[in-house]
Amino acid sequence: MTTAVHLSQSLLADARRDEASLRDFIFSLPGVDKVGLEARAAALGTRSIKNDSKRALIDLAIRMVDLTTLEGADTPGKVAALCAKAITPDPLDSSVPQVAAVCVYGDRVAEARAALGSSRINVAAVATAFPSGRASLIVKLQDTADAVAAGADEIDMVIDRGAFLSGRYGQVYDEIVAVKAACGSAHLKVILETGELQTYDNIKRASWIAMLAGADFIKTSTGKVPSAATPANVLLMLEACRDWERVTGERIGMKPAGGIRTTKDAMKMLVLVHETVGDAWLDPHLFRIGASTLLNDLLMQRNKLASGNYSGPRYVTND
Amino acid sequence: MTDRVEVRKTYKLFINGAFVRSESGRSYEVMDGDGAFLANVAHASRKDARDAVVAARAGQAAWAKATAYNRGQVIFRVAEVMESRRAQFEEELRRTEKLSDKKARKAVDEAIDRVVWYAGWTDKLAALVGGNNPVAAPFFNFSVPEPTGVIAVMAPQDDSLLGLLSVILPAIATGNSVVVVSSFHRPIPSVTLSEVLATSDVPAGVVNILTGDFSEIGTWLAEHMDVDGIDLAGVPAGDFATKLEALAASNLKRVIRPSTQDWSDTPSTYRMRQWIEIKTVWHPIGA
Amino acid sequence: MTEFDYAPAPESRAVVDIKPSYGLFIDGEFVDPISDDYLPTFNPANEEHLAYFAVGGEADVDAAVRAARRAFPKWSKMSGAERGKYLFRIARILQERAREFAVLETLDNGKPIKESRDIDIPLVAAHFFYHAGWADKLEFAGYGKNPKPIGVAGQVIPWNFPMLMLAWKVAPALACGNTVVLKPAETTPLTALLFAEVCQQAGLPKGVVNIVTGAGATGASLVAHAGVDKVAFTGSTAVGKSIAQAVAGTKKRLTLELGGKGANIIFEDAPIDQAIEGIINGIFFNQGHVCCAGSRLLIQESVADEVIERLKHRMQTLRVGDPMDKNTDVGAINSLAQLQRITELAASGDEEGAERWSVDCALPERGFWYRPTLFLNSTDAHRIAREEIFGPVLAVQTFRTPSEALDKANNSPYGLSAGVWSEKGSRIHLMAEGLRAGVVWANTFNRFDPTSPFGGYKESGYGREGGVAGLASYLVQE
Repeated sequence: MTTAVHLSQSLLADARRDEASLRDFIFSLPGVDKVGLEARAAALGTRSIKNDSKRALIDLAIRMVDLTTLEGADTPGKVAALCAKAITPDPLDSSVPQVAAVCVYGDRVAEARAALGSSRINVAAVATAFPSGRASLIVKLQDTADAVAAGADEIDMVIDRGAFLSGRYGQVYDEIVAVKAACGSAHLKVILETGELQTYDNIKRASWIAMLAGADFIKTSTGKVPSAATPANVLLMLEACRDWERVTGERIGMKPAGGIRTTKDAMKMLVLVHETVGDAWLDPHLFRIGASTLLNDLLMQRNKLASGNYSGPRYVTND
Repeated sequence: MTDRVEVRKTYKLFINGAFVRSESGRSYEVMDGDGAFLANVAHASRKDARDAVVAARAGQAAWAKATAYNRGQVIFRVAEVMESRRAQFEEELRRTEKLSDKKARKAVDEAIDRVVWYAGWTDKLAALVGGNNPVAAPFFNFSVPEPTGVIAVMAPQDDSLLGLLSVILPAIATGNSVVVVSSFHRPIPSVTLSEVLATSDVPAGVVNILTGDFSEIGTWLAEHMDVDGIDLAGVPAGDFATKLEALAASNLKRVIRPSTQDWSDTPSTYRMRQWIEIKTVWHPIGA
Repeated sequence: MTEFDYAPAPESRAVVDIKPSYGLFIDGEFVDPISDDYLPTFNPANEEHLAYFAVGGEADVDAAVRAARRAFPKWSKMSGAERGKYLFRIARILQERAREFAVLETLDNGKPIKESRDIDIPLVAAHFFYHAGWADKLEFAGYGKNPKPIGVAGQVIPWNFPMLMLAWKVAPALACGNTVVLKPAETTPLTALLFAEVCQQAGLPKGVVNIVTGAGATGASLVAHAGVDKVAFTGSTAVGKSIAQAVAGTKKRLTLELGGKGANIIFEDAPIDQAIEGIINGIFFNQGHVCCAGSRLLIQESVADEVIERLKHRMQTLRVGDPMDKNTDVGAINSLAQLQRITELAASGDEEGAERWSVDCALPERGFWYRPTLFLNSTDAHRIAREEIFGPVLAVQTFRTPSEALDKANNSPYGLSAGVWSEKGSRIHLMAEGLRAGVVWANTFNRFDPTSPFGGYKESGYGREGGVAGLASYLVQE
């Protein structure tokens, strides 16, 4: 019988032994019923947050943002503007907290580091041949090492979806272990690219491989592929974080990214956290939101709560 | 005091939820029942037919995937919007079909009721044509209807509203999309129906209405390899109908042959059943 | 770490206008009861008095049945298309006034606004839509070329889903050409009376729908009335049996939708997180006031500890409290009498040796409340595992093999519902085949749809509501 799992520390140790053991382990995880998962995620999406609570949660969401620019057209000027926005999201309101990190390509890390100066905002770099991950391990490790050397505090790596989908789970695992080693003291976020894994069973299995391999965070997506940080994907990955904590006592972070554009989207994410893993995760050390346009919507909603009137895009800065 | 000059309507094709002129730039004169000029109406070309098929294919998947309940609600909404425009329909039938006030009113009544009739079918037909099959082996075996796909419809030439609806609705109620060629001499109600569809909740591409000559457009649609079925309701029985049926065999389109029928009669389920495929699923039973 | 608090999110009560007192709805009008008798109805969440409603006496029931009888010839001979359009109108008005109905249902019943808003009322409208479509298609339904309505239907419904049960009764009856006299439950009469207004708005011919409020005696009068051709009852098995006795020897047709003790069966290969949600939904939906509730949890022994641990963890996140709060998951018990019954049956669980575990949550001071509760180590012999508690109380047992699960699930006089959780399709079908229950949910629970027949095996009643099969309850069967 395959799925009567009583997860235990020793079982996790076994899973790390070799590829066959890893495969046995991930195939022993209980399946995911799509309809039920999505229904639960949708039900939590109807939660209503009011008044002071909403105000506090908007500020929390701002503190959780990994303010992101990941374009081929990124320039030093664009990164500088992004960092300025990260430090001072609203030039007219000093009570707005700073975001958690800026997230850039590896070759923009030094500029970001410089632009952030003495602020406590982290620099996160995407690495390992982001977003496709289609490069040799040597290149991926060099990519990682370069970003760390340039001052990245956090590395957002992508898993090899090709290896995963062809059943080479050991390769996926080994790559994460190797990148983790290359990170040194930098925190490692492991991007599953949910839109390419396609099934919830795959997303669940990939989450466990990442956690077994030493991920500090698991992250939904690159933002380059549809079906990214959907409520159901996020719920499923948070359940993996929850179960991991139950077995190991360790808290793995979670980062939804891709498609979170509105305050309402962000509030739904926080509801999922509250109702699934619990309030310990309501902290930028354990929950991040990867986004670019979300920050302005959070600011507009924040202004609305303060003034009572709806704000508009012309009253927030572009970057 | 001068009489006000009225603003006349441009009668366009309805493709992918939008009103477009014929790509060919052609139009033709439509006369009323007394032979007086009524309007210039777009004359659909081969490329318009092609565009309509592309739109129908694109619109069909989501329409088929919508719940039967939702499809029923959407079609019911068409009846609601028709009711609010019934004066216009009545006026058009009086002029194009030379119906009396009373008969025009009755024709519109029947047309709206026909929409309501089909609205109620969307979530019922599956239970009547599908179901469990008691196979002689340990299998749970069940059959379900699924839409055939994109249906080309040659609308009746005489009955320009009830007849038109009676050939569009069975196809869309079952989850298909349609490319309709409306009555050549009486196209006006089909254009008004387009306006009704555009302002109800029918998704773009589900119904595409071409005004023009079925003897041209019918051929193009019958030989089109991305059309799955063709309703020859508006084609007179004879050589041309036979030709279309033969062309339809190129990709084994499902065909409804020409028939002379009184569209006022309560329909059978034949037209709906013609536009569905039955899928049978075998599933083992055991611990 | 941040304190997370939703803050109260009360639905506005302003959309409803509750009158001080209500008469009976007979022959298209609200009339004072001949009985001159009234009862109060309360909000069970805070014991606030909401309104007085008339208690129909025998003479009132007689007037209602006569009105229905007078309306029957014309209504039944009207073309199906015309009848259908009245039902479509009703469906649309219900959609338009959905929030009003949801709020009133929650005030009178105690169920969370989330459920009345997202489940009950949308299903009510859907039920009218579905049956509206049948009115002009009855000859296609497989009941002969010219199916005929039965006549005057006397319908008695319970308090757990006041509007939904009304819809399940009224929509098919009207679609098939019957006229009705409906008796709502005495603790939840208000939405049925609002529905009477909808009938007026829809221009429904007088006497087609009559609503006689009251308590048990009113229902008994209706069932016993010689002018009633068809009795449809949803409620307890005990009352259902007495109705079956009462109609014995008459020409009245009878359908009964009665109690249940549904088994929710969790196999070791279940999709576990969704199964947990299914268990929660199965027993805590509508405070467990659900005839088809999954009130017996059967867990395969190999995963029992894990399922129970996860279930307890999940139960702690249930938000119990003000039903009008949009974030409330579990609302109020519908009445003091029901609370006492739940309390008494649960006490028997303690006495008989099952192990009680309840959610540790604060309960409001006023109103009727019961903590979501598990009884672990319960056995087939315990009352809590055999009798319908009709509250948020789940009896937990284990099994070893599929055949043992079937034996346990079927070892009940009831046979309304069951749930099966497994990722293995062939096992689901084996269980579905073996379960003696009218509805089997696989990897889901408490799903309802107007196209899907619902009803019981054994002492859970007979007759079906919904789908093609449900039409048979309102057409002459020969």
